[in-house]
Amino acid sequence: MKTLINIFRELAGLFIDDGLFALAIGVVVVLAAIVAAIAPAVPIAAGVVLLVGCLGVLLGNVTSTGIR
Amino acid sequence: MILTWTSVAPAVSAAFLSSLVEAVEALTIVLAVATVRGWKPAGLGALAGLASLGLIVLALGPLLDRVPLHALQLAIGVLLLLFGMRWLRKAILRAAGVIPLHDEELAFATGTAALREQAHHGKRLDWLAGLAAYKAMLLEGLEVVFVVIAVGAGRGLLVPASIGALAACALVAAVGLALRRPLARVPENTLKFTVGVMLSAFGVFWTGEGLGVPWPGEDLAILGFAALFLIVAVAAVRLVRPPAVKALP
Repeated sequence: MKTLINIFRELAGLFIDDGLFALAIGVVVVLAAIVAAIAPAVPIAAGVVLLVGCLGVLLGNVTSTGIR
Repeated sequence: MILTWTSVAPAVSAAFLSSLVEAVEALTIVLAVATVRGWKPAGLGALAGLASLGLIVLALGPLLDRVPLHALQLAIGVLLLLFGMRWLRKAILRAAGVIPLHDEELAFATGTAALREQAHHGKRLDWLAGLAAYKAMLLEGLEVVFVVIAVGAGRGLLVPASIGALAACALVAAVGLALRRPLARVPENTLKFTVGVMLSAFGVFWTGEGLGVPWPGEDLAILGFAALFLIVAVAAVRLVRPPAVKALP
């Protein structure tokens, strides 16, 4: 049982390392989904939010981690 | 579905490179087990891990066809973003010298020391050693399976991506078995940096497709995203790197 729990933890660890980082990526995806829902006439807008948001989250997280 | 180089090449290379990294990590643990307890528990544990992986793929593989395409793209895209950007973040921090580089020799030494420590406590070492090899093969293998499915599913690229992954695993197994020591000279962080860039690009592409975004240039957009992630990642390394550290990604 303990081994199974450990395997499950390690599986979750494949996707989530820094919780805030994972949360920020989730927020970007949700924002992009909201933009896609409210502006269906301009579908590329959701793509821009997604791409710029992900790049921004990466840069922001890495620089803040580096400074800490 | 017509396969083009612009769609096949990124998927195959992402599967090959990420599998190379995972296979090297799995090999290190299997070698540590073999060094402490011989090849029998190491081999049996590794084979059991491979068999479990095969069962998982056989059980879950057919379900992929039943998931609606947009839902599959969105789910895989989000998981790829989490997985790829996590790799890229760590590779940036390692390249910048903020966290230490992954050291296969050190991982090997730690693994063998842990197994020997368990032997001193009188535990059933063959069982524990086999379990360690099994767990390594299963967990690293699951990452390989995830990447293959993520870059291949929904676009008819499962077979090319699988071939890329299997080629990497076979290469590492052959070299590892010939040398009988951890592959410490593999530039793991450079590989992780590259794969992180590619998987993050795939993640943005698939998530966007799942949300109904009509990417300009279709598959070619992945290359554009990869270029942007690479530029930002290299800039981040330079921004974060302490003045005394000169290591390149």
